[in-house]
Amino acid sequence: MTIDNSSRALSDVGSDPATSLTLADGLRDAATEAGRHLRIMPRNPEVLGFVVIQPVMFVLLFSVVFGGAIEVPGFADYDQFLMPGIFAQTVVFGSSFTAVGLAEDLSKGLIDRLRSLPIARSAVLVGRTFSDLVRNVLTFVVMLAVAFVLGFRFEGSIAGAIGGSLLMLAFSYSFSWIQAWIGLSVGSVEAANAASFTWMFPLTFVSSAFVDPSTMPGWLQPVAKHNPFTRLTNAARALYNGLDPSPDLWWALGWTGLITVIFATMAIRRFSQVSK
Amino acid sequence: MYAVRASGLVKTYDQTRALDGLDLEVPTGTVLGLLGPNGAGKTTAVRILTTLLRPDSGSAEVAGHDVVTQAQAVRSRIGLTGQYAAVEERLSGRENLELVGSFFRLDRPKRSARANQLLQRFDLVESADRIAKTYSGGMRRRLDIAMSLVARPSVLFLDEPTTGLDPRSRLGMWQVIEELSSDGTTVVLTTQYLEEADRLADSVVVIDRGAKIAEGTVDQLKDRIGGDKIRVSIFDPSNLASAREALGPLVTGPIELESGSTTTLLAPIKAGGGVVPQAIRALDDCGADVRDVEVRRPTLDDVFLSLTGHRAEADTHNSSETS
Repeated sequence: MTIDNSSRALSDVGSDPATSLTLADGLRDAATEAGRHLRIMPRNPEVLGFVVIQPVMFVLLFSVVFGGAIEVPGFADYDQFLMPGIFAQTVVFGSSFTAVGLAEDLSKGLIDRLRSLPIARSAVLVGRTFSDLVRNVLTFVVMLAVAFVLGFRFEGSIAGAIGGSLLMLAFSYSFSWIQAWIGLSVGSVEAANAASFTWMFPLTFVSSAFVDPSTMPGWLQPVAKHNPFTRLTNAARALYNGLDPSPDLWWALGWTGLITVIFATMAIRRFSQVSK
Repeated sequence: MYAVRASGLVKTYDQTRALDGLDLEVPTGTVLGLLGPNGAGKTTAVRILTTLLRPDSGSAEVAGHDVVTQAQAVRSRIGLTGQYAAVEERLSGRENLELVGSFFRLDRPKRSARANQLLQRFDLVESADRIAKTYSGGMRRRLDIAMSLVARPSVLFLDEPTTGLDPRSRLGMWQVIEELSSDGTTVVLTTQYLEEADRLADSVVVIDRGAKIAEGTVDQLKDRIGGDKIRVSIFDPSNLASAREALGPLVTGPIELESGSTTTLLAPIKAGGGVVPQAIRALDDCGADVRDVEVRRPTLDDVFLSLTGHRAEADTHNSSETS
Protein backbone atom coordinates (compact mmCIF):
# COMPACT_ATOMS: atom_id res chain seq x y z
CA MET A 1 0.00 0.00 0.00
CA THR A 2 1.22 3.47 -0.73
CA ILE A 3 0.65 6.60 1.21
CA ASP A 4 -1.24 8.17 -1.64
CA ASN A 5 0.43 11.47 -1.33
CA SER A 6 0.60 11.87 -5.06
CA SER A 7 -2.42 14.03 -5.65
CA ARG A 8 -1.12 17.56 -5.54
CA ALA A 9 -4.37 19.22 -6.45
CA LEU A 10 -6.01 21.14 -3.68
CA SER A 11 -9.34 19.98 -5.02
CA ASP A 12 -9.79 17.99 -1.85
CA VAL A 13 -9.37 21.06 0.24
CA GLY A 14 -12.54 23.01 0.80
CA SER A 15 -11.07 26.33 -0.23
CA ASP A 16 -7.54 27.22 -1.13
CA PRO A 17 -6.43 29.03 1.98
CA ALA A 18 -3.65 30.58 -0.01
CA THR A 19 -5.83 32.95 -1.87
CA SER A 20 -8.08 34.35 0.77
CA LEU A 21 -8.95 33.89 4.36
CA THR A 22 -12.42 35.14 5.03
CA LEU A 23 -13.88 35.97 8.40
CA ALA A 24 -15.96 32.81 8.09
CA ASP A 25 -12.79 30.76 7.60
CA GLY A 26 -11.30 32.36 10.67
CA LEU A 27 -14.36 31.61 12.77
CA ARG A 28 -14.41 28.05 11.51
CA ASP A 29 -10.76 27.61 12.46
CA ALA A 30 -11.43 29.07 15.90
CA ALA A 31 -14.39 26.72 16.33
CA THR A 32 -12.20 23.76 15.35
CA GLU A 33 -9.62 24.76 17.95
CA ALA A 34 -12.30 25.34 20.60
CA GLY A 35 -13.72 21.93 19.71
CA ARG A 36 -10.37 20.30 20.44
CA HIS A 37 -10.36 21.68 23.98
CA LEU A 38 -14.02 21.05 24.69
CA ARG A 39 -13.61 17.46 23.59
CA ILE A 40 -10.63 17.00 25.87
CA MET A 41 -12.20 18.63 28.91
CA PRO A 42 -14.29 15.69 30.14
CA ARG A 43 -11.28 13.37 29.62
CA ASN A 44 -9.21 15.32 32.05
CA PRO A 45 -10.47 14.41 35.51
CA GLU A 46 -7.99 16.55 37.41
CA VAL A 47 -8.99 19.63 35.50
CA LEU A 48 -12.65 18.87 35.88
CA GLY A 49 -12.06 18.49 39.59
CA PHE A 50 -10.48 21.90 39.63
CA VAL A 51 -13.42 23.31 37.72
CA VAL A 52 -15.98 21.91 40.16
CA ILE A 53 -14.34 21.19 43.50
CA GLN A 54 -12.21 24.28 43.96
CA PRO A 55 -15.10 26.74 43.45
CA VAL A 56 -17.37 24.74 45.74
CA MET A 57 -14.64 24.78 48.36
CA PHE A 58 -14.17 28.52 48.04
CA VAL A 59 -17.87 29.23 48.38
CA LEU A 60 -18.19 26.97 51.43
CA LEU A 61 -15.01 28.08 53.18
CA PHE A 62 -15.55 31.79 52.87
CA SER A 63 -19.22 31.62 53.69
CA VAL A 64 -18.89 29.29 56.66
CA VAL A 65 -15.54 30.40 58.09
CA PHE A 66 -15.82 34.16 57.64
CA GLY A 67 -19.60 34.40 57.56
CA GLY A 68 -19.99 34.76 61.29
CA ALA A 69 -17.07 37.11 61.83
CA ILE A 70 -17.44 39.66 59.09
CA GLU A 71 -20.09 42.31 59.09
CA VAL A 72 -20.57 44.61 56.16
CA PRO A 73 -22.55 47.81 56.48
CA GLY A 74 -25.68 47.75 54.33
CA PHE A 75 -25.84 43.96 54.13
CA ALA A 76 -27.71 42.04 56.80
CA ASP A 77 -26.47 38.74 55.42
CA TYR A 78 -22.76 38.40 54.61
CA ASP A 79 -23.53 35.82 51.91
CA GLN A 80 -25.38 38.45 49.89
CA PHE A 81 -22.24 40.57 50.01
CA LEU A 82 -19.73 37.76 49.64
CA MET A 83 -21.09 35.58 46.86
CA PRO A 84 -20.61 38.00 43.98
CA GLY A 85 -17.02 38.50 45.19
CA ILE A 86 -16.36 34.75 45.32
CA PHE A 87 -17.96 34.24 41.91
CA ALA A 88 -15.87 37.00 40.40
CA GLN A 89 -12.66 35.75 41.98
CA THR A 90 -13.24 32.18 40.90
CA VAL A 91 -13.93 32.96 37.25
CA VAL A 92 -10.99 35.34 37.13
CA PHE A 93 -8.77 32.63 38.66
CA GLY A 94 -10.18 30.30 36.01
CA SER A 95 -8.48 32.40 33.34
CA SER A 96 -5.15 30.89 34.40
CA PHE A 97 -6.13 27.76 32.46
CA THR A 98 -5.50 29.73 29.31
CA ALA A 99 -1.88 30.45 30.26
CA VAL A 100 -1.09 26.94 31.43
CA GLY A 101 -2.80 25.28 28.46
CA LEU A 102 -0.98 27.42 25.92
CA ALA A 103 2.37 26.91 27.64
CA GLU A 104 1.70 23.17 27.50
CA ASP A 105 0.87 23.25 23.80
CA LEU A 106 3.97 25.31 23.20
CA SER A 107 6.27 22.93 25.05
CA LYS A 108 4.86 19.94 23.19
CA GLY A 109 5.43 21.51 19.80
CA LEU A 110 1.68 21.71 19.11
CA ILE A 111 1.83 25.46 18.64
CA ASP A 112 4.49 24.95 15.98
CA ARG A 113 2.25 22.47 14.22
CA LEU A 114 -0.72 24.85 14.38
CA ARG A 115 1.40 27.75 13.16
CA SER A 116 2.50 25.72 10.17
CA LEU A 117 -1.15 25.25 9.09
CA PRO A 118 -2.87 27.67 6.73
CA ILE A 119 -5.26 29.01 9.35
CA ALA A 120 -6.08 32.47 10.63
CA ARG A 121 -3.42 33.82 12.99
CA SER A 122 -5.96 34.63 15.67
CA ALA A 123 -7.89 31.36 15.41
CA VAL A 124 -5.88 29.34 17.89
CA LEU A 125 -6.13 31.97 20.62
CA VAL A 126 -9.76 32.79 19.96
CA GLY A 127 -10.60 29.09 20.08
CA ARG A 128 -8.60 28.56 23.25
CA THR A 129 -10.05 31.55 25.12
CA PHE A 130 -13.54 30.66 24.01
CA SER A 131 -13.26 27.10 25.31
CA ASP A 132 -11.92 28.48 28.58
CA LEU A 133 -14.98 30.72 28.73
CA VAL A 134 -17.20 27.67 28.34
CA ARG A 135 -15.34 26.03 31.21
CA ASN A 136 -15.90 29.12 33.29
CA VAL A 137 -19.62 29.04 32.58
CA LEU A 138 -19.65 25.51 33.94
CA THR A 139 -17.81 26.59 37.07
CA PHE A 140 -20.19 29.49 37.44
CA VAL A 141 -23.28 27.29 37.34
CA VAL A 142 -21.83 24.96 39.97
CA MET A 143 -21.00 27.87 42.28
CA LEU A 144 -24.42 29.36 41.85
CA ALA A 145 -26.04 26.09 42.84
CA VAL A 146 -23.93 25.80 46.00
CA ALA A 147 -24.58 29.42 46.90
CA PHE A 148 -28.31 28.84 46.56
CA VAL A 149 -28.12 25.90 48.90
CA LEU A 150 -26.38 28.14 51.42
CA GLY A 151 -29.21 30.63 51.20
CA PHE A 152 -27.93 33.17 48.68
CA ARG A 153 -30.71 34.77 46.59
CA PHE A 154 -30.93 37.26 43.75
CA GLU A 155 -32.64 40.24 45.36
CA GLY A 156 -32.90 42.27 42.18
CA SER A 157 -34.47 41.72 38.79
CA ILE A 158 -33.87 38.75 36.52
CA ALA A 159 -32.12 41.13 34.13
CA GLY A 160 -29.86 42.14 36.99
CA ALA A 161 -29.06 38.53 37.81
CA ILE A 162 -28.27 37.69 34.21
CA GLY A 163 -26.44 40.96 33.61
CA GLY A 164 -24.26 40.57 36.69
CA SER A 165 -23.34 37.03 35.70
CA LEU A 166 -22.52 37.96 32.12
CA LEU A 167 -20.44 40.87 33.33
CA MET A 168 -18.28 38.58 35.46
CA LEU A 169 -17.86 36.09 32.64
CA ALA A 170 -16.98 38.85 30.18
CA PHE A 171 -14.43 40.31 32.58
CA SER A 172 -12.85 36.89 33.10
CA TYR A 173 -12.76 36.45 29.33
CA SER A 174 -10.72 39.63 29.00
CA PHE A 175 -8.33 38.17 31.57
CA SER A 176 -7.97 35.06 29.41
CA TRP A 177 -6.20 37.31 26.90
CA ILE A 178 -3.76 38.51 29.55
CA GLN A 179 -3.16 34.87 30.36
CA ALA A 180 -2.76 33.94 26.70
CA TRP A 181 -0.01 36.51 26.45
CA ILE A 182 1.60 35.21 29.65
CA GLY A 183 1.37 31.58 28.56
CA LEU A 184 3.09 32.34 25.25
CA SER A 185 5.75 34.47 26.91
CA VAL A 186 7.09 32.61 29.93
CA GLY A 187 8.67 29.57 28.32
CA SER A 188 7.58 26.63 30.46
CA VAL A 189 4.47 25.09 31.96
CA GLU A 190 5.80 25.50 35.51
CA ALA A 191 6.55 29.16 34.93
CA ALA A 192 3.12 29.66 33.40
CA ASN A 193 1.54 28.14 36.49
CA ALA A 194 3.28 30.61 38.76
CA ALA A 195 3.09 33.61 36.46
CA SER A 196 -0.60 33.17 35.77
CA PHE A 197 -1.65 32.91 39.40
CA THR A 198 0.58 34.91 41.69
CA TRP A 199 -0.51 38.40 40.70
CA MET A 200 -4.20 37.49 40.88
CA PHE A 201 -4.07 37.06 44.66
CA PRO A 202 -3.32 40.68 45.52
CA LEU A 203 -5.58 41.77 42.68
CA THR A 204 -8.60 39.93 44.02
CA PHE A 205 -7.98 40.30 47.75
CA VAL A 206 -7.07 43.98 47.78
CA SER A 207 -10.57 44.73 46.59
CA SER A 208 -14.14 44.90 47.74
CA ALA A 209 -14.68 41.20 47.08
CA PHE A 210 -14.54 40.01 50.70
CA VAL A 211 -14.55 43.08 52.90
CA ASP A 212 -15.44 46.75 52.70
CA PRO A 213 -12.25 48.53 51.51
CA SER A 214 -12.80 51.30 54.08
CA THR A 215 -11.70 48.80 56.76
CA MET A 216 -8.27 48.49 55.13
CA PRO A 217 -5.20 50.56 56.10
CA GLY A 218 -5.45 54.11 54.78
CA TRP A 219 -2.70 53.82 52.19
CA LEU A 220 -4.26 50.69 50.73
CA GLN A 221 -7.79 52.07 50.39
CA PRO A 222 -7.27 54.06 47.15
CA VAL A 223 -5.66 50.99 45.58
CA ALA A 224 -8.58 48.80 46.57
CA LYS A 225 -11.16 51.36 45.47
CA HIS A 226 -9.70 51.86 42.00
CA ASN A 227 -8.87 48.21 41.44
CA PRO A 228 -10.68 47.05 38.28
CA PHE A 229 -11.65 43.95 40.21
CA THR A 230 -13.40 46.13 42.81
CA ARG A 231 -15.37 47.79 40.02
CA LEU A 232 -16.41 44.38 38.76
CA THR A 233 -17.41 43.09 42.18
CA ASN A 234 -19.31 46.25 43.09
CA ALA A 235 -21.22 46.24 39.80
CA ALA A 236 -22.14 42.55 40.02
CA ARG A 237 -23.06 42.88 43.67
CA ALA A 238 -25.34 45.83 42.94
CA LEU A 239 -26.98 44.02 40.04
CA TYR A 240 -27.54 40.88 42.13
CA ASN A 241 -28.99 42.83 45.07
CA GLY A 242 -31.21 45.20 43.14
CA LEU A 243 -29.07 48.28 43.77
CA ASP A 244 -27.85 50.97 41.37
CA PRO A 245 -24.72 49.54 39.64
CA SER A 246 -23.41 52.81 38.19
CA PRO A 247 -20.73 54.05 37.94
CA ASP A 248 -18.98 50.75 38.70
CA LEU A 249 -20.78 49.01 35.86
CA TRP A 250 -19.38 51.45 33.30
CA TRP A 251 -15.91 51.14 34.77
CA ALA A 252 -16.11 47.35 34.72
CA LEU A 253 -17.31 47.31 31.11
CA GLY A 254 -14.59 49.79 30.16
CA TRP A 255 -11.86 47.68 31.76
CA THR A 256 -13.21 44.56 30.08
CA GLY A 257 -13.06 46.18 26.66
CA LEU A 258 -9.71 47.83 27.21
CA ILE A 259 -8.00 44.71 28.55
CA THR A 260 -9.41 42.58 25.74
CA VAL A 261 -8.25 44.93 23.00
CA ILE A 262 -4.78 45.52 24.41
CA PHE A 263 -3.98 41.97 25.42
CA ALA A 264 -5.61 40.28 22.42
CA THR A 265 -3.38 42.43 20.22
CA MET A 266 -0.31 41.58 22.25
CA ALA A 267 -1.12 37.88 22.49
CA ILE A 268 -1.85 37.45 18.78
CA ARG A 269 1.34 39.30 17.90
CA ARG A 270 3.22 37.07 20.29
CA PHE A 271 1.59 34.00 18.76
CA SER A 272 2.88 34.78 15.28
CA GLN A 273 6.45 35.09 16.56
CA VAL A 274 6.59 32.53 19.29
CA SER A 275 8.62 29.39 18.87
CA LYS A 276 9.44 26.47 20.99
CA MET B 1 12.02 23.06 -11.09
CA TYR B 2 12.94 23.68 -7.50
CA ALA B 3 10.59 22.92 -4.64
CA VAL B 4 12.78 24.84 -2.23
CA ARG B 5 15.04 27.71 -3.06
CA ALA B 6 16.73 29.80 -0.40
CA SER B 7 19.46 32.35 -0.72
CA GLY B 8 21.50 34.19 1.83
CA LEU B 9 19.39 33.25 4.85
CA VAL B 10 20.62 34.97 7.98
CA LYS B 11 19.13 34.61 11.44
CA THR B 12 20.71 35.97 14.57
CA TYR B 13 19.65 35.25 18.14
CA ASP B 14 21.13 37.68 20.62
CA GLN B 15 24.84 37.39 19.78
CA THR B 16 24.74 34.05 17.99
CA ARG B 17 24.40 33.73 14.25
CA ALA B 18 22.24 30.66 13.89
CA LEU B 19 22.24 31.05 10.12
CA ASP B 20 25.00 32.87 8.35
CA GLY B 21 24.04 33.21 4.72
CA LEU B 22 22.61 29.79 3.91
CA ASP B 23 21.77 28.93 0.31
CA LEU B 24 19.67 25.90 -0.55
CA GLU B 25 18.19 24.45 -3.71
CA VAL B 26 16.04 21.35 -3.65
CA PRO B 27 14.82 20.00 -7.00
CA THR B 28 11.17 18.97 -7.01
CA GLY B 29 10.62 15.34 -6.10
CA THR B 30 14.00 14.79 -4.47
CA VAL B 31 15.10 14.20 -0.91
CA LEU B 32 17.54 16.67 0.56
CA GLY B 33 19.48 15.70 3.65
CA LEU B 34 20.45 18.66 5.78
CA LEU B 35 23.35 17.36 7.74
CA GLY B 36 25.15 18.91 10.63
CA PRO B 37 25.89 18.62 14.31
CA ASN B 38 23.80 20.12 17.10
CA GLY B 39 23.55 23.86 16.84
CA ALA B 40 24.65 23.94 13.21
CA GLY B 41 21.46 25.76 12.24
CA LYS B 42 19.45 22.91 10.75
CA THR B 43 16.34 23.53 12.80
CA THR B 44 16.53 27.28 12.27
CA ALA B 45 16.64 26.66 8.52
CA VAL B 46 13.60 24.39 8.68
CA ARG B 47 11.72 26.91 10.84
CA ILE B 48 12.32 29.65 8.29
CA LEU B 49 11.31 27.45 5.36
CA THR B 50 8.11 26.41 7.14
CA THR B 51 7.17 30.06 7.90
CA LEU B 52 7.58 29.69 11.65
CA LEU B 53 10.47 32.11 11.75
CA ARG B 54 11.29 35.19 9.72
CA PRO B 55 14.84 35.48 8.43
CA ASP B 56 16.76 38.64 9.33
CA SER B 57 17.85 38.80 5.73
CA GLY B 58 17.86 36.62 2.65
CA SER B 59 14.84 35.06 1.01
CA ALA B 60 13.29 31.69 0.41
CA GLU B 61 10.64 30.20 -1.82
CA VAL B 62 8.88 26.96 -1.01
CA ALA B 63 6.54 25.30 -3.50
CA GLY B 64 6.78 28.44 -5.60
CA HIS B 65 5.79 30.91 -2.89
CA ASP B 66 7.76 33.31 -0.77
CA VAL B 67 7.95 32.17 2.85
CA VAL B 68 7.57 35.68 4.22
CA THR B 69 5.20 37.48 1.90
CA GLN B 70 3.09 34.46 0.87
CA ALA B 71 3.28 32.50 4.09
CA GLN B 72 -0.30 31.17 3.94
CA ALA B 73 0.22 29.83 0.42
CA VAL B 74 3.36 28.07 1.61
CA ARG B 75 1.57 26.66 4.65
CA SER B 76 -1.16 25.10 2.52
CA ARG B 77 1.46 23.20 0.49
CA ILE B 78 3.84 21.92 3.13
CA GLY B 79 3.87 19.39 5.91
CA LEU B 80 6.04 19.72 8.98
CA THR B 81 7.14 17.06 11.40
CA GLY B 82 9.24 18.64 14.10
CA GLN B 83 11.68 17.17 16.54
CA TYR B 84 8.97 16.50 19.07
CA ALA B 85 5.98 14.38 18.20
CA ALA B 86 3.45 17.20 18.13
CA VAL B 87 0.28 15.23 18.75
CA GLU B 88 -2.61 16.09 21.03
CA GLU B 89 -2.13 13.44 23.70
CA ARG B 90 -5.67 13.52 24.97
CA LEU B 91 -7.20 12.90 21.56
CA SER B 92 -7.15 9.55 19.80
CA GLY B 93 -5.05 8.98 16.72
CA ARG B 94 -8.12 9.28 14.54
CA GLU B 95 -9.23 12.48 16.21
CA ASN B 96 -5.77 13.99 15.77
CA LEU B 97 -5.89 13.31 12.06
CA GLU B 98 -9.42 14.62 11.71
CA LEU B 99 -8.45 17.73 13.63
CA VAL B 100 -5.82 18.57 11.05
CA GLY B 101 -8.36 17.77 8.33
CA SER B 102 -10.73 20.28 9.89
CA PHE B 103 -8.05 22.93 9.89
CA PHE B 104 -7.59 22.28 6.19
CA ARG B 105 -11.37 22.73 5.87
CA LEU B 106 -12.06 19.26 4.55
CA ASP B 107 -15.68 18.30 4.98
CA ARG B 108 -16.55 15.49 7.36
CA PRO B 109 -16.61 12.53 4.90
CA LYS B 110 -13.35 13.61 3.30
CA ARG B 111 -11.49 14.08 6.53
CA SER B 112 -12.74 10.81 7.92
CA ALA B 113 -11.75 9.00 4.72
CA ARG B 114 -8.31 10.57 4.74
CA ALA B 115 -7.87 9.72 8.42
CA ASN B 116 -8.76 6.08 7.74
CA GLN B 117 -6.36 5.93 4.84
CA LEU B 118 -3.49 7.30 6.92
CA LEU B 119 -4.29 5.14 9.94
CA GLN B 120 -4.08 2.12 7.72
CA ARG B 121 -0.91 3.16 6.01
CA PHE B 122 0.82 3.95 9.28
CA ASP B 123 -0.29 0.76 10.98
CA LEU B 124 -2.39 2.56 13.56
CA VAL B 125 -5.78 1.03 12.85
CA GLU B 126 -5.89 -1.06 16.00
CA SER B 127 -5.04 1.85 18.23
CA ALA B 128 -6.95 4.43 16.18
CA ASP B 129 -9.48 5.13 18.90
CA ARG B 130 -7.16 5.05 21.86
CA ILE B 131 -5.88 8.37 23.13
CA ALA B 132 -2.41 9.18 21.89
CA LYS B 133 -1.07 9.37 25.42
CA THR B 134 -1.07 5.57 25.47
CA TYR B 135 1.00 5.31 22.28
CA SER B 136 4.61 4.18 22.21
CA GLY B 137 7.31 6.54 20.96
CA GLY B 138 7.33 4.94 17.53
CA MET B 139 3.53 5.12 17.23
CA ARG B 140 3.56 8.78 18.18
CA ARG B 141 6.11 9.54 15.51
CA ARG B 142 4.03 7.67 12.95
CA LEU B 143 0.94 9.59 13.97
CA ASP B 144 2.94 12.80 13.88
CA ILE B 145 4.12 12.21 10.34
CA ALA B 146 0.63 11.08 9.29
CA MET B 147 -0.73 14.38 10.61
CA SER B 148 1.65 16.31 8.41
CA LEU B 149 0.40 14.38 5.37
CA VAL B 150 -3.33 14.98 5.79
CA ALA B 151 -3.53 17.66 3.10
CA ARG B 152 -1.14 15.91 0.72
CA PRO B 153 1.70 18.39 0.95
CA SER B 154 4.02 18.75 -2.00
CA VAL B 155 6.98 19.54 0.25
CA LEU B 156 7.51 17.70 3.49
CA PHE B 157 9.91 18.93 6.17
CA LEU B 158 11.18 16.39 8.66
CA ASP B 159 13.29 17.72 11.49
CA GLU B 160 15.30 14.83 12.88
CA PRO B 161 12.46 12.36 12.28
CA THR B 162 14.17 9.40 13.90
CA THR B 163 15.80 11.05 16.90
CA GLY B 164 15.01 8.98 19.97
CA LEU B 165 13.47 6.07 18.06
CA ASP B 166 14.46 2.47 18.59
CA PRO B 167 16.17 0.75 15.62
CA ARG B 168 13.01 -1.00 14.46
CA SER B 169 10.91 2.16 14.48
CA ARG B 170 13.72 3.98 12.72
CA LEU B 171 13.72 1.41 9.96
CA GLY B 172 9.96 1.80 9.62
CA MET B 173 10.31 5.57 9.39
CA TRP B 174 12.92 5.22 6.68
CA GLN B 175 10.58 3.05 4.64
CA VAL B 176 7.85 5.65 5.00
CA ILE B 177 10.14 8.41 3.80
CA GLU B 178 11.29 6.31 0.86
CA GLU B 179 7.70 5.66 -0.15
CA LEU B 180 6.76 9.30 0.09
CA SER B 181 9.70 10.19 -2.03
CA SER B 182 8.78 7.61 -4.64
CA ASP B 183 5.29 9.14 -4.70
CA GLY B 184 6.94 12.35 -5.83
CA THR B 185 6.88 14.30 -2.61
CA THR B 186 9.84 16.59 -2.10
CA VAL B 187 11.40 15.91 1.27
CA VAL B 188 13.73 18.08 3.29
CA LEU B 189 15.20 16.09 6.09
CA THR B 190 17.53 17.20 8.86
CA THR B 191 19.60 14.64 10.59
CA GLN B 192 22.60 14.04 12.75
CA TYR B 193 22.63 10.41 11.72
CA LEU B 194 25.03 9.95 8.90
CA GLU B 195 23.68 6.62 7.78
CA GLU B 196 20.22 8.17 7.59
CA ALA B 197 21.33 10.74 5.04
CA ASP B 198 23.29 8.03 3.27
CA ARG B 199 20.22 5.86 2.91
CA LEU B 200 17.52 8.44 2.20
CA ALA B 201 18.93 11.55 0.62
CA ASP B 202 19.40 12.14 -3.11
CA SER B 203 21.65 15.00 -2.20
CA VAL B 204 23.17 16.32 0.96
CA VAL B 205 23.98 19.76 2.25
CA VAL B 206 26.42 19.79 5.12
CA ILE B 207 26.07 22.82 7.34
CA ASP B 208 28.21 23.99 10.17
CA ARG B 209 27.80 27.18 12.16
CA GLY B 210 24.90 28.32 10.01
CA ALA B 211 26.57 28.05 6.63
CA LYS B 212 26.89 25.46 3.93
CA ILE B 213 30.29 23.81 3.96
CA ALA B 214 29.65 21.14 1.37
CA GLU B 215 26.98 19.81 -0.94
CA GLY B 216 26.45 17.12 -3.49
CA THR B 217 25.41 13.52 -3.62
CA VAL B 218 26.54 11.32 -0.82
CA ASP B 219 28.96 9.58 -3.18
CA GLN B 220 30.44 12.85 -4.35
CA LEU B 221 31.05 13.87 -0.80
CA LYS B 222 32.73 10.61 -0.02
CA ASP B 223 34.95 10.94 -3.03
CA ARG B 224 36.10 14.34 -1.86
CA ILE B 225 37.95 12.85 1.04
CA GLY B 226 39.65 10.11 -0.85
CA GLY B 227 38.64 6.84 -2.32
CA ASP B 228 38.08 3.32 -1.13
CA LYS B 229 40.13 1.49 1.43
CA ILE B 230 40.79 -2.17 1.84
CA ARG B 231 40.39 -3.55 5.32
CA VAL B 232 42.08 -6.86 6.07
CA SER B 233 41.67 -8.83 9.29
CA ILE B 234 43.87 -11.79 10.10
CA PHE B 235 43.73 -14.20 13.01
CA ASP B 236 47.31 -14.24 14.21
CA PRO B 237 49.13 -10.96 14.96
CA SER B 238 52.48 -12.63 14.32
CA ASN B 239 51.58 -12.85 10.63
CA LEU B 240 51.17 -9.08 10.40
CA ALA B 241 54.53 -8.38 8.81
CA SER B 242 54.09 -10.95 6.05
CA ALA B 243 50.54 -9.73 5.43
CA ARG B 244 51.86 -6.20 4.95
CA GLU B 245 54.36 -7.50 2.48
CA ALA B 246 51.74 -9.45 0.56
CA LEU B 247 49.43 -6.42 0.31
CA GLY B 248 52.22 -4.00 -0.67
CA PRO B 249 51.91 -4.30 -4.48
CA LEU B 250 48.09 -3.99 -4.39
CA VAL B 251 47.60 -0.74 -2.49
CA THR B 252 48.15 2.89 -3.42
CA GLY B 253 49.36 4.29 -0.10
CA PRO B 254 50.71 3.43 3.31
CA ILE B 255 49.30 0.36 5.10
CA GLU B 256 48.14 1.26 8.58
CA LEU B 257 47.05 -0.73 11.57
CA GLU B 258 43.44 0.11 12.38
CA SER B 259 43.38 2.05 15.62
CA GLY B 260 42.59 -0.16 18.58
CA SER B 261 43.36 -3.37 16.73
CA THR B 262 46.40 -5.61 16.45
CA THR B 263 45.13 -7.75 13.60
CA THR B 264 43.40 -5.36 11.20
CA LEU B 265 45.13 -3.46 8.43
CA LEU B 266 43.79 -0.52 6.43
CA ALA B 267 45.17 0.81 3.18
CA PRO B 268 43.94 2.97 0.30
CA ILE B 269 43.29 1.24 -3.00
CA LYS B 270 42.39 2.30 -6.48
CA ALA B 271 38.69 2.37 -7.21
CA GLY B 272 37.50 -0.12 -9.77
CA GLY B 273 37.53 -3.47 -8.05
CA GLY B 274 39.41 -6.68 -8.45
CA VAL B 275 41.54 -6.00 -5.42
CA VAL B 276 39.74 -8.26 -2.97
CA PRO B 277 40.34 -11.61 -4.72
CA GLN B 278 43.91 -10.60 -5.43
CA ALA B 279 44.43 -9.70 -1.79
CA ILE B 280 42.99 -13.00 -0.59
CA ARG B 281 45.21 -14.92 -2.97
CA ALA B 282 48.31 -12.98 -1.94
CA LEU B 283 47.54 -13.43 1.76
CA ASP B 284 46.95 -17.14 1.27
CA ASP B 285 50.25 -17.47 -0.54
CA CYS B 286 52.18 -15.92 2.31
CA GLY B 287 50.44 -18.15 4.85
CA ALA B 288 48.48 -15.50 6.76
CA ASP B 289 45.19 -16.87 8.06
CA VAL B 290 42.56 -14.45 6.76
CA ARG B 291 39.56 -13.69 8.91
CA ASP B 292 37.97 -11.04 6.72
CA VAL B 293 38.65 -8.80 3.76
CA GLU B 294 36.42 -5.94 2.76
CA VAL B 295 36.44 -2.74 0.77
CA ARG B 296 35.33 0.28 2.72
CA ARG B 297 33.92 3.45 1.29
CA PRO B 298 34.31 6.45 3.61
CA THR B 299 31.36 7.22 5.88
CA LEU B 300 29.75 10.63 6.14
CA ASP B 301 31.34 10.85 9.54
CA ASP B 302 34.71 10.83 7.84
CA VAL B 303 33.41 13.48 5.45
CA PHE B 304 32.38 15.71 8.29
CA LEU B 305 35.65 15.30 10.08
CA SER B 306 37.65 16.18 7.04
CA LEU B 307 35.46 19.18 6.20
CA THR B 308 35.26 20.77 9.62
CA GLY B 309 38.10 19.33 11.61
CA HIS B 310 35.64 18.18 14.24
CA ARG B 311 33.28 15.26 14.48
CA ALA B 312 29.58 15.38 13.85
CA GLU B 313 28.22 14.70 17.29
CA ALA B 314 25.95 11.99 16.08
CA ASP B 315 25.84 10.24 19.40
CA THR B 316 23.99 12.92 21.31
CA HIS B 317 20.66 11.35 20.43
CA ASN B 318 18.45 13.13 22.84
CA SER B 319 19.93 16.58 22.88
CA SER B 320 17.84 19.16 21.15
CA GLU B 321 18.82 22.00 18.98
CA THR B 322 17.51 25.24 20.33
CA SER B 323 19.18 27.68 18.02
